Amino acid sequence: MGTGAVVVLLLIIAVIFWLVAIYNSFVRMNAGIDNAYKQIDVQLKRRYDLIPNLVEAVKGYMKFEKETLEAVINARSKAMATPPGAEKFAAEGALSGVLGKLMAVAENYPDLKSNEQVKTLMEELRTTENQLAFARQYYNDSVMTLNTKVGQFPSNMIAGMFNFKTKTYFQIEEAARATPKVDLKI
Amino acid sequence: MDFFEEQRENKRTTILLIVVFFLIVLLLGYFIDHYYLGFNLATGPFPFATSLALVIASVWAMISYYNGDSLVLASVSAAPVDPANADDKTKLLMDVVREMSIASGNPMPLVYLIPSDQPNAFATGRDPGHSSIAVTQGLLDKMERAELQAVVAHEMGHIKSKDIETMTVIAVLLGAIALMSDWLWRIAFYAPRRRGRNTDMRGTLVLLLVAFALAVIAPIVGQIIAMTVSREREYSADAASVEFTRNPLALASALEKIKNDFIPMKNASRGTAHMFIVDPLIKMVGDKEGFWADLLATHPPIDKRIARLRFAGHTIVAQGYGRK
Repeated sequence: MGTGAVVVLLLIIAVIFWLVAIYNSFVRMNAGIDNAYKQIDVQLKRRYDLIPNLVEAVKGYMKFEKETLEAVINARSKAMATPPGAEKFAAEGALSGVLGKLMAVAENYPDLKSNEQVKTLMEELRTTENQLAFARQYYNDSVMTLNTKVGQFPSNMIAGMFNFKTKTYFQIEEAARATPKVDLKI
Repeated sequence: MDFFEEQRENKRTTILLIVVFFLIVLLLGYFIDHYYLGFNLATGPFPFATSLALVIASVWAMISYYNGDSLVLASVSAAPVDPANADDKTKLLMDVVREMSIASGNPMPLVYLIPSDQPNAFATGRDPGHSSIAVTQGLLDKMERAELQAVVAHEMGHIKSKDIETMTVIAVLLGAIALMSDWLWRIAFYAPRRRGRNTDMRGTLVLLLVAFALAVIAPIVGQIIAMTVSREREYSADAASVEFTRNPLALASALEKIKNDFIPMKNASRGTAHMFIVDPLIKMVGDKEGFWADLLATHPPIDKRIARLRFAGHTIVAQGYGRK
Protein backbone atom coordinates (compact mmCIF):
# COMPACT_ATOMS: atom_id res chain seq x y z
CA MET A 1 0.00 0.00 0.00
CA GLY A 2 1.39 3.40 -0.92
CA THR A 3 1.65 6.38 1.39
CA GLY A 4 -1.21 8.03 -0.43
CA ALA A 5 -3.54 5.12 0.25
CA VAL A 6 -2.61 5.14 3.96
CA VAL A 7 -3.31 8.87 4.19
CA VAL A 8 -6.68 8.44 2.49
CA LEU A 9 -7.56 5.54 4.78
CA LEU A 10 -6.63 7.54 7.90
CA LEU A 11 -8.71 10.46 6.65
CA ILE A 12 -11.72 8.21 6.13
CA ILE A 13 -11.33 6.80 9.66
CA ALA A 14 -11.06 10.31 11.09
CA VAL A 15 -14.21 11.40 9.26
CA ILE A 16 -16.11 8.33 10.54
CA PHE A 17 -15.05 9.06 14.12
CA TRP A 18 -16.16 12.66 13.71
CA LEU A 19 -19.55 11.58 12.31
CA VAL A 20 -20.09 9.17 15.20
CA ALA A 21 -19.17 11.88 17.72
CA ILE A 22 -21.71 14.32 16.28
CA TYR A 23 -24.36 11.60 16.00
CA ASN A 24 -23.79 10.65 19.65
CA SER A 25 -24.00 14.25 20.77
CA PHE A 26 -27.43 14.50 19.12
CA VAL A 27 -28.59 11.33 20.85
CA ARG A 28 -27.27 12.61 24.18
CA MET A 29 -28.97 15.99 23.79
CA ASN A 30 -32.30 14.42 22.88
CA ALA A 31 -32.13 12.13 25.90
CA GLY A 32 -31.37 15.08 28.15
CA ILE A 33 -34.29 17.04 26.75
CA ASP A 34 -36.73 14.12 27.16
CA ASN A 35 -35.55 13.69 30.73
CA ALA A 36 -36.05 17.38 31.49
CA TYR A 37 -39.55 17.15 30.04
CA LYS A 38 -40.36 14.24 32.33
CA GLN A 39 -39.00 16.22 35.27
CA ILE A 40 -41.44 19.03 34.49
CA ASP A 41 -44.31 16.52 34.53
CA VAL A 42 -43.18 15.07 37.84
CA GLN A 43 -43.09 18.52 39.44
CA LEU A 44 -46.48 19.49 38.06
CA LYS A 45 -48.06 16.37 39.60
CA ARG A 46 -46.31 17.02 42.89
CA ARG A 47 -47.68 20.53 42.89
CA TYR A 48 -51.25 19.28 42.30
CA ASP A 49 -50.88 16.98 45.32
CA LEU A 50 -49.39 19.64 47.55
CA ILE A 51 -51.92 22.41 47.03
CA PRO A 52 -54.95 20.86 48.82
CA ASN A 53 -52.82 20.12 51.92
CA LEU A 54 -51.40 23.60 51.94
CA VAL A 55 -54.77 25.29 51.49
CA GLU A 56 -56.20 23.13 54.27
CA ALA A 57 -53.35 24.07 56.60
CA VAL A 58 -53.45 27.83 56.05
CA LYS A 59 -57.24 28.20 55.81
CA GLY A 60 -57.72 28.82 59.53
CA TYR A 61 -55.09 31.54 59.64
CA MET A 62 -55.99 33.36 56.48
CA LYS A 63 -59.70 33.97 56.94
CA PHE A 64 -59.36 37.32 55.27
CA GLU A 65 -57.63 35.95 52.18
CA LYS A 66 -60.48 33.79 50.96
CA GLU A 67 -60.15 35.15 47.45
CA THR A 68 -56.47 34.24 47.23
CA LEU A 69 -57.16 30.70 48.40
CA GLU A 70 -60.06 30.28 46.02
CA ALA A 71 -57.97 31.60 43.16
CA VAL A 72 -55.34 28.94 43.95
CA ILE A 73 -57.90 26.14 44.05
CA ASN A 74 -59.55 27.27 40.82
CA ALA A 75 -56.24 27.69 39.00
CA ARG A 76 -55.25 24.19 40.09
CA SER A 77 -58.48 22.63 38.83
CA LYS A 78 -58.19 24.48 35.57
CA ALA A 79 -54.56 23.43 35.05
CA MET A 80 -55.40 19.80 35.82
CA ALA A 81 -58.35 19.80 33.45
CA THR A 82 -56.55 21.40 30.49
CA PRO A 83 -55.16 18.86 27.99
CA PRO A 84 -51.44 19.16 27.14
CA GLY A 85 -50.61 21.92 24.72
CA ALA A 86 -50.14 25.65 24.58
CA GLU A 87 -53.22 26.26 26.75
CA LYS A 88 -51.89 23.92 29.43
CA PHE A 89 -48.68 25.96 29.59
CA ALA A 90 -50.74 29.09 30.10
CA ALA A 91 -52.89 27.45 32.80
CA GLU A 92 -49.78 26.20 34.66
CA GLY A 93 -48.27 29.65 34.36
CA ALA A 94 -51.40 31.17 35.90
CA LEU A 95 -51.22 28.63 38.75
CA SER A 96 -47.58 29.62 39.41
CA GLY A 97 -48.74 33.24 39.52
CA VAL A 98 -51.44 32.76 42.16
CA LEU A 99 -49.19 30.48 44.22
CA GLY A 100 -46.54 33.18 44.22
CA LYS A 101 -49.17 35.59 45.46
CA LEU A 102 -50.26 33.18 48.18
CA MET A 103 -46.67 32.84 49.42
CA ALA A 104 -46.24 36.61 49.41
CA VAL A 105 -49.48 37.18 51.31
CA ALA A 106 -48.58 34.48 53.85
CA GLU A 107 -45.61 36.62 54.84
CA ASN A 108 -48.09 39.01 56.53
CA TYR A 109 -49.26 36.36 59.01
CA PRO A 110 -46.66 35.83 61.75
CA ASP A 111 -48.70 33.02 63.36
CA LEU A 112 -48.78 31.21 60.08
CA LYS A 113 -45.04 31.42 59.63
CA SER A 114 -44.40 29.94 63.05
CA ASN A 115 -46.65 26.92 62.43
CA GLU A 116 -44.37 23.92 61.86
CA GLN A 117 -46.68 22.13 59.47
CA VAL A 118 -47.26 25.25 57.38
CA LYS A 119 -43.55 25.98 57.35
CA THR A 120 -42.80 22.50 56.03
CA LEU A 121 -45.52 22.75 53.39
CA MET A 122 -44.38 26.22 52.32
CA GLU A 123 -40.80 25.02 51.87
CA GLU A 124 -42.07 22.02 49.93
CA LEU A 125 -44.09 24.31 47.70
CA ARG A 126 -41.13 26.65 47.26
CA THR A 127 -38.79 23.83 46.25
CA THR A 128 -41.41 22.36 43.91
CA GLU A 129 -41.86 25.74 42.24
CA ASN A 130 -38.09 26.13 41.98
CA GLN A 131 -37.61 22.64 40.59
CA LEU A 132 -40.30 23.34 38.04
CA ALA A 133 -38.66 26.60 37.02
CA PHE A 134 -35.21 24.99 36.84
CA ALA A 135 -36.48 22.02 34.86
CA ARG A 136 -38.00 24.44 32.34
CA GLN A 137 -34.84 26.49 32.28
CA TYR A 138 -32.75 23.36 31.63
CA TYR A 139 -35.23 22.18 29.01
CA ASN A 140 -35.12 25.50 27.18
CA ASP A 141 -31.33 25.82 27.40
CA SER A 142 -30.93 22.28 26.05
CA VAL A 143 -33.44 22.90 23.26
CA MET A 144 -31.51 26.01 22.31
CA THR A 145 -28.25 24.05 22.10
CA LEU A 146 -29.97 21.34 20.04
CA ASN A 147 -31.62 23.79 17.68
CA THR A 148 -28.34 25.62 17.13
CA LYS A 149 -26.64 22.34 16.27
CA VAL A 150 -29.42 21.22 13.98
CA GLY A 151 -29.17 24.47 12.06
CA GLN A 152 -25.43 25.00 12.10
CA PHE A 153 -22.94 23.78 9.51
CA PRO A 154 -21.53 21.10 9.51
CA SER A 155 -23.64 19.31 12.14
CA ASN A 156 -26.79 20.17 10.15
CA MET A 157 -25.74 17.60 7.52
CA ILE A 158 -25.77 14.82 10.09
CA ALA A 159 -29.01 16.11 11.58
CA GLY A 160 -30.55 15.94 8.09
CA MET A 161 -29.14 12.47 7.40
CA PHE A 162 -30.51 10.94 10.61
CA ASN A 163 -33.61 13.10 10.90
CA PHE A 164 -32.75 14.96 14.12
CA LYS A 165 -35.21 17.84 14.32
CA THR A 166 -35.43 21.12 16.19
CA LYS A 167 -37.70 21.19 19.25
CA THR A 168 -40.02 23.89 20.55
CA TYR A 169 -39.38 25.98 23.64
CA PHE A 170 -41.61 25.90 26.68
CA GLN A 171 -42.86 29.43 26.77
CA ILE A 172 -42.71 32.02 24.10
CA GLU A 173 -41.27 34.75 26.32
CA GLU A 174 -38.59 32.40 27.54
CA ALA A 175 -37.83 31.17 24.07
CA ALA A 176 -36.77 34.63 23.03
CA ARG A 177 -34.26 34.72 25.86
CA ALA A 178 -30.92 33.10 25.23
CA THR A 179 -28.82 31.83 28.14
CA PRO A 180 -27.10 34.89 29.55
CA LYS A 181 -23.46 34.66 28.58
CA VAL A 182 -21.34 35.17 31.64
CA ASP A 183 -17.62 34.69 31.37
CA LEU A 184 -15.80 35.11 34.65
CA LYS A 185 -12.44 34.05 33.27
CA ILE A 186 -9.68 36.57 32.91
CA MET B 1 -20.74 27.14 29.03
CA ASP B 2 -18.98 24.43 27.14
CA PHE B 3 -18.89 21.68 29.72
CA PHE B 4 -17.73 19.07 27.21
CA GLU B 5 -14.58 20.99 26.39
CA GLU B 6 -13.88 21.27 30.14
CA GLN B 7 -14.53 17.56 30.61
CA ARG B 8 -12.02 16.70 27.90
CA GLU B 9 -9.45 19.01 29.44
CA ASN B 10 -9.96 17.43 32.85
CA LYS B 11 -9.55 13.94 31.39
CA ARG B 12 -6.24 14.98 29.84
CA THR B 13 -5.03 16.58 33.08
CA THR B 14 -6.00 13.54 35.16
CA ILE B 15 -4.22 11.10 32.83
CA LEU B 16 -1.13 13.29 32.74
CA LEU B 17 -1.05 13.49 36.54
CA ILE B 18 -1.35 9.72 36.91
CA VAL B 19 1.39 9.13 34.32
CA VAL B 20 3.74 11.56 36.10
CA PHE B 21 2.92 9.85 39.40
CA PHE B 22 3.79 6.42 37.93
CA LEU B 23 7.08 7.76 36.57
CA ILE B 24 8.07 9.21 39.94
CA VAL B 25 7.25 6.01 41.82
CA LEU B 26 8.99 3.76 39.27
CA LEU B 27 12.07 5.95 39.31
CA LEU B 28 12.18 5.67 43.07
CA GLY B 29 11.88 1.89 42.91
CA TYR B 30 14.67 1.80 40.38
CA PHE B 31 16.95 3.93 42.57
CA ILE B 32 16.44 1.58 45.47
CA ASP B 33 17.13 -1.44 43.23
CA HIS B 34 20.19 0.15 41.77
CA TYR B 35 21.86 1.50 44.89
CA TYR B 36 20.64 -0.84 47.61
CA LEU B 37 19.88 -4.19 46.00
CA GLY B 38 22.70 -4.17 43.49
CA PHE B 39 20.46 -4.35 40.47
CA ASN B 40 22.02 -4.04 37.06
CA LEU B 41 20.15 -3.98 33.75
CA ALA B 42 22.44 -6.58 32.15
CA THR B 43 22.98 -9.04 35.00
CA GLY B 44 19.99 -8.71 37.27
CA PRO B 45 18.95 -9.89 39.87
CA PHE B 46 15.21 -9.46 39.66
CA PRO B 47 14.32 -5.76 40.23
CA PHE B 48 12.22 -6.24 43.38
CA ALA B 49 11.88 -2.62 44.40
CA THR B 50 10.86 -1.49 40.91
CA SER B 51 8.24 -4.23 40.69
CA LEU B 52 6.97 -3.40 44.13
CA ALA B 53 6.84 0.27 43.16
CA LEU B 54 4.80 -0.64 40.08
CA VAL B 55 2.31 -2.56 42.20
CA ILE B 56 2.09 0.23 44.78
CA ALA B 57 1.64 2.88 42.11
CA SER B 58 -1.11 0.89 40.37
CA VAL B 59 -2.98 0.21 43.59
CA TRP B 60 -2.65 3.81 44.67
CA ALA B 61 -3.81 5.15 41.33
CA MET B 62 -6.82 2.80 41.37
CA ILE B 63 -7.67 3.82 44.92
CA SER B 64 -7.40 7.51 44.11
CA TYR B 65 -9.65 7.09 41.08
CA TYR B 66 -12.30 4.79 42.54
CA ASN B 67 -12.16 5.57 46.26
CA GLY B 68 -10.61 9.02 46.32
CA ASP B 69 -13.97 10.54 47.18
CA SER B 70 -14.40 8.38 50.31
CA LEU B 71 -10.84 9.14 51.41
CA VAL B 72 -11.31 12.88 50.99
CA LEU B 73 -14.72 12.84 52.69
CA ALA B 74 -13.35 10.79 55.58
CA SER B 75 -10.38 13.14 56.00
CA VAL B 76 -12.72 16.03 56.81
CA SER B 77 -15.04 13.80 58.93
CA ALA B 78 -17.96 14.35 56.58
CA ALA B 79 -21.06 12.29 57.45
CA PRO B 80 -23.79 11.36 54.95
CA VAL B 81 -27.10 13.16 55.40
CA ASP B 82 -29.90 10.89 56.57
CA PRO B 83 -33.05 12.26 54.87
CA ALA B 84 -35.35 10.38 57.26
CA ASN B 85 -34.02 12.11 60.39
CA ALA B 86 -33.09 15.47 58.90
CA ASP B 87 -33.83 18.76 60.68
CA ASP B 88 -35.30 21.75 58.83
CA LYS B 89 -31.95 23.11 57.71
CA THR B 90 -30.76 19.78 56.41
CA LYS B 91 -34.05 19.25 54.57
CA LEU B 92 -33.60 22.67 53.01
CA LEU B 93 -30.12 21.58 51.91
CA MET B 94 -31.55 18.45 50.26
CA ASP B 95 -34.20 20.57 48.50
CA VAL B 96 -31.59 22.97 47.21
CA VAL B 97 -29.30 20.18 46.00
CA ARG B 98 -32.22 18.57 44.15
CA GLU B 99 -33.09 21.92 42.55
CA MET B 100 -29.54 22.40 41.36
CA SER B 101 -29.25 18.84 40.09
CA ILE B 102 -32.28 19.62 37.90
CA ALA B 103 -30.91 23.00 36.82
CA SER B 104 -27.56 21.45 35.85
CA GLY B 105 -28.92 18.23 34.36
CA ASN B 106 -26.68 16.22 36.72
CA PRO B 107 -28.00 13.17 38.55
CA MET B 108 -28.68 13.72 42.27
CA PRO B 109 -25.32 13.55 44.12
CA LEU B 110 -24.81 12.13 47.61
CA VAL B 111 -24.98 14.85 50.25
CA TYR B 112 -22.60 15.07 53.22
CA LEU B 113 -22.33 17.34 56.25
CA ILE B 114 -18.98 18.47 57.67
CA PRO B 115 -19.01 19.27 61.41
CA SER B 116 -17.31 22.67 61.21
CA ASP B 117 -18.53 26.18 61.92
CA GLN B 118 -16.61 27.61 58.99
CA PRO B 119 -19.02 28.20 56.10
CA ASN B 120 -17.54 26.18 53.24
CA ALA B 121 -18.32 23.40 50.73
CA PHE B 122 -16.72 21.08 48.19
CA ALA B 123 -17.65 18.39 45.69
CA THR B 124 -15.85 15.14 44.99
CA GLY B 125 -16.23 11.95 42.96
CA ARG B 126 -15.15 10.75 39.53
CA ASP B 127 -18.06 11.73 37.27
CA PRO B 128 -21.58 13.17 37.57
CA GLY B 129 -22.96 9.65 38.18
CA HIS B 130 -20.59 9.09 41.12
CA SER B 131 -20.47 12.40 42.88
CA SER B 132 -20.88 13.86 46.35
CA ILE B 133 -21.39 17.36 47.67
CA ALA B 134 -20.22 18.14 51.19
CA VAL B 135 -21.13 21.33 53.03
CA THR B 136 -20.21 22.47 56.53
CA GLN B 137 -22.72 22.96 59.31
CA GLY B 138 -21.53 26.59 59.35
CA LEU B 139 -22.71 27.05 55.77
CA LEU B 140 -26.17 25.74 56.64
CA ASP B 141 -26.39 27.97 59.70
CA LYS B 142 -25.21 31.18 58.11
CA MET B 143 -26.57 31.25 54.56
CA GLU B 144 -29.91 32.40 53.26
CA ARG B 145 -31.73 30.00 50.93
CA ALA B 146 -30.59 31.78 47.74
CA GLU B 147 -26.98 31.91 48.96
CA LEU B 148 -26.96 28.22 49.83
CA GLN B 149 -28.40 27.53 46.41
CA ALA B 150 -25.65 29.56 44.74
CA VAL B 151 -22.91 27.69 46.64
CA VAL B 152 -24.44 24.31 45.77
CA ALA B 153 -24.71 25.45 42.14
CA HIS B 154 -20.99 26.28 42.16
CA GLU B 155 -20.28 22.70 43.28
CA MET B 156 -22.65 21.36 40.61
CA GLY B 157 -20.51 23.24 38.09
CA HIS B 158 -17.41 21.39 39.33
CA ILE B 159 -19.32 18.10 38.98
CA LYS B 160 -20.63 18.81 35.50
CA SER B 161 -17.21 19.80 34.16
CA LYS B 162 -15.66 16.74 35.88
CA ASP B 163 -13.31 19.02 37.81
CA ILE B 164 -14.10 16.74 40.74
CA GLU B 165 -12.23 13.87 39.11
CA THR B 166 -9.04 15.86 38.63
CA MET B 167 -9.25 17.55 42.03
CA THR B 168 -9.86 14.30 43.89
CA VAL B 169 -7.02 12.48 42.14
CA ILE B 170 -4.72 15.41 42.96
CA ALA B 171 -5.74 15.28 46.63
CA VAL B 172 -5.00 11.57 46.97
CA LEU B 173 -1.77 11.66 44.95
CA LEU B 174 -0.52 14.60 47.03
CA GLY B 175 -1.10 12.44 50.09
CA ALA B 176 0.84 9.58 48.45
CA ILE B 177 3.80 11.81 47.63
CA ALA B 178 3.96 13.05 51.21
CA LEU B 179 4.03 9.44 52.45
CA MET B 180 6.70 8.37 49.97
CA SER B 181 9.05 11.19 50.79
CA ASP B 182 8.72 10.15 54.40
CA TRP B 183 9.69 6.53 53.64
CA LEU B 184 12.55 7.62 51.49
CA TRP B 185 14.12 9.74 54.20
CA ARG B 186 14.09 6.71 56.45
CA ILE B 187 15.62 4.42 53.84
CA ALA B 188 18.31 6.94 53.00
CA PHE B 189 19.33 7.38 56.63
CA TYR B 190 18.74 4.02 58.24
CA ALA B 191 18.65 1.23 55.66
CA PRO B 192 21.82 -0.89 55.52
CA ARG B 193 23.73 -0.49 52.28
CA ARG B 194 25.51 -3.26 50.37
CA ARG B 195 29.10 -3.43 51.44
CA GLY B 196 32.17 -3.61 49.27
CA ARG B 197 30.89 -1.52 46.42
CA ASN B 198 32.57 1.68 45.47
CA THR B 199 29.30 3.24 44.42
CA ASP B 200 28.23 3.25 48.06
CA MET B 201 28.91 6.85 48.88
CA ARG B 202 27.66 8.08 45.58
CA GLY B 203 24.53 5.93 45.90
CA THR B 204 23.67 7.29 49.31
CA LEU B 205 24.25 10.78 48.05
CA VAL B 206 21.99 10.25 45.04
CA LEU B 207 19.29 8.72 47.20
CA LEU B 208 19.51 11.55 49.68
CA LEU B 209 19.19 13.99 46.82
CA VAL B 210 16.14 12.17 45.50
CA ALA B 211 14.65 11.97 48.97
CA PHE B 212 15.32 15.66 49.39
CA ALA B 213 13.72 16.41 46.06
CA LEU B 214 10.71 14.32 46.95
CA ALA B 215 10.42 15.61 50.48
CA VAL B 216 10.87 19.28 49.74
CA ILE B 217 10.39 19.94 46.07
CA ALA B 218 7.67 17.42 45.15
CA PRO B 219 5.12 18.65 47.68
CA ILE B 220 5.74 22.21 46.55
CA VAL B 221 5.43 21.30 42.89
CA GLY B 222 2.34 19.22 43.69
CA GLN B 223 0.91 22.15 45.58
CA ILE B 224 1.58 24.49 42.68
CA ILE B 225 -0.13 22.06 40.31
CA ALA B 226 -3.11 21.79 42.66
CA MET B 227 -3.25 25.57 42.89
CA THR B 228 -3.08 26.37 39.20
CA VAL B 229 -5.48 23.58 38.34
CA SER B 230 -7.92 24.71 41.00
CA ARG B 231 -7.65 28.46 40.53
CA GLU B 232 -8.70 28.47 36.87
CA ARG B 233 -11.57 26.19 37.71
CA GLU B 234 -12.98 28.40 40.46
CA TYR B 235 -13.93 31.16 38.06
CA SER B 236 -15.59 28.75 35.67
CA ALA B 237 -17.51 27.08 38.51
CA ASP B 238 -18.64 30.55 39.60
CA ALA B 239 -19.86 31.12 36.05
CA ALA B 240 -21.61 27.74 36.07
CA SER B 241 -23.35 28.72 39.30
CA VAL B 242 -24.63 31.84 37.56
CA GLU B 243 -25.78 29.79 34.60
CA PHE B 244 -27.77 27.43 36.84
CA THR B 245 -29.28 29.95 39.28
CA ARG B 246 -29.35 33.07 37.05
CA ASN B 247 -28.54 34.86 40.27
CA PRO B 248 -24.93 36.10 40.44
CA LEU B 249 -25.65 38.42 43.35
CA ALA B 250 -26.58 35.47 45.60
CA LEU B 251 -23.16 33.87 45.07
CA ALA B 252 -21.49 37.25 45.55
CA SER B 253 -23.19 37.73 48.91
CA ALA B 254 -22.43 34.12 49.92
CA LEU B 255 -18.74 34.70 49.22
CA GLU B 256 -18.90 37.99 51.06
CA LYS B 257 -20.35 36.24 54.12
CA ILE B 258 -17.70 33.51 53.97
CA LYS B 259 -14.99 36.14 53.71
CA ASN B 260 -16.23 38.05 56.74
CA ASP B 261 -16.83 34.97 58.86
CA PHE B 262 -13.61 33.09 58.96
CA ILE B 263 -12.98 30.38 61.52
CA PRO B 264 -10.19 27.92 60.71
CA MET B 265 -11.33 24.43 59.72
CA LYS B 266 -9.66 21.78 61.84
CA ASN B 267 -9.76 18.83 59.51
CA ALA B 268 -8.88 20.48 56.22
CA SER B 269 -5.28 20.00 55.09
CA ARG B 270 -2.94 21.30 52.40
CA GLY B 271 -3.86 18.17 50.43
CA THR B 272 -7.58 18.96 50.31
CA ALA B 273 -7.65 22.77 50.56
CA HIS B 274 -7.87 23.21 46.78
CA MET B 275 -11.20 21.37 46.70
CA PHE B 276 -13.23 23.86 48.74
CA ILE B 277 -15.21 26.80 47.35
CA VAL B 278 -13.02 29.10 49.47
CA ASP B 279 -9.59 28.14 50.83
CA PRO B 280 -10.33 26.71 54.31
CA LEU B 281 -6.82 27.37 55.67
CA ILE B 282 -5.70 30.83 54.69
CA LYS B 283 -7.55 33.88 55.86
CA MET B 284 -8.41 35.56 52.63
CA VAL B 285 -9.25 39.05 53.77
CA GLY B 286 -6.91 41.58 52.24
CA ASP B 287 -5.93 39.09 49.57
CA LYS B 288 -2.81 40.05 47.82
CA GLU B 289 -2.16 39.68 44.16
CA GLY B 290 0.98 39.14 42.15
CA PHE B 291 3.61 36.46 41.74
CA TRP B 292 3.91 35.20 45.32
CA ALA B 293 0.21 35.36 45.97
CA ASP B 294 -0.31 33.41 42.76
CA LEU B 295 2.20 30.85 43.92
CA LEU B 296 0.70 30.43 47.36
CA ALA B 297 -3.04 30.65 46.81
CA THR B 298 -5.27 27.75 45.78
CA HIS B 299 -8.05 30.17 44.96
CA PRO B 300 -8.40 33.46 43.09
CA PRO B 301 -8.65 36.47 45.40
CA ILE B 302 -12.14 36.36 46.85
CA ASP B 303 -12.66 40.09 46.31
CA LYS B 304 -11.97 39.65 42.62
CA ARG B 305 -14.54 36.85 42.44
CA ILE B 306 -17.12 38.97 44.24
CA ALA B 307 -16.44 41.96 42.00
CA ARG B 308 -16.88 39.87 38.86
CA LEU B 309 -20.13 38.39 40.13
CA ARG B 310 -21.47 41.83 41.02
CA PHE B 311 -20.57 43.05 37.56
CA ALA B 312 -22.28 40.00 36.02
CA GLY B 313 -25.28 40.77 38.21
CA HIS B 314 -25.60 44.23 36.75
CA THR B 315 -25.20 42.95 33.20
CA ILE B 316 -27.81 40.26 33.71
CA VAL B 317 -30.30 42.66 35.25
CA ALA B 318 -29.65 45.08 32.40
CA GLN B 319 -30.37 42.25 29.92
CA GLY B 320 -33.62 41.46 31.70
CA TYR B 321 -32.61 38.03 33.01
CA GLY B 322 -32.36 36.93 36.55
CA ARG B 323 -34.58 35.36 39.11
CA LYS B 324 -35.48 36.29 42.62
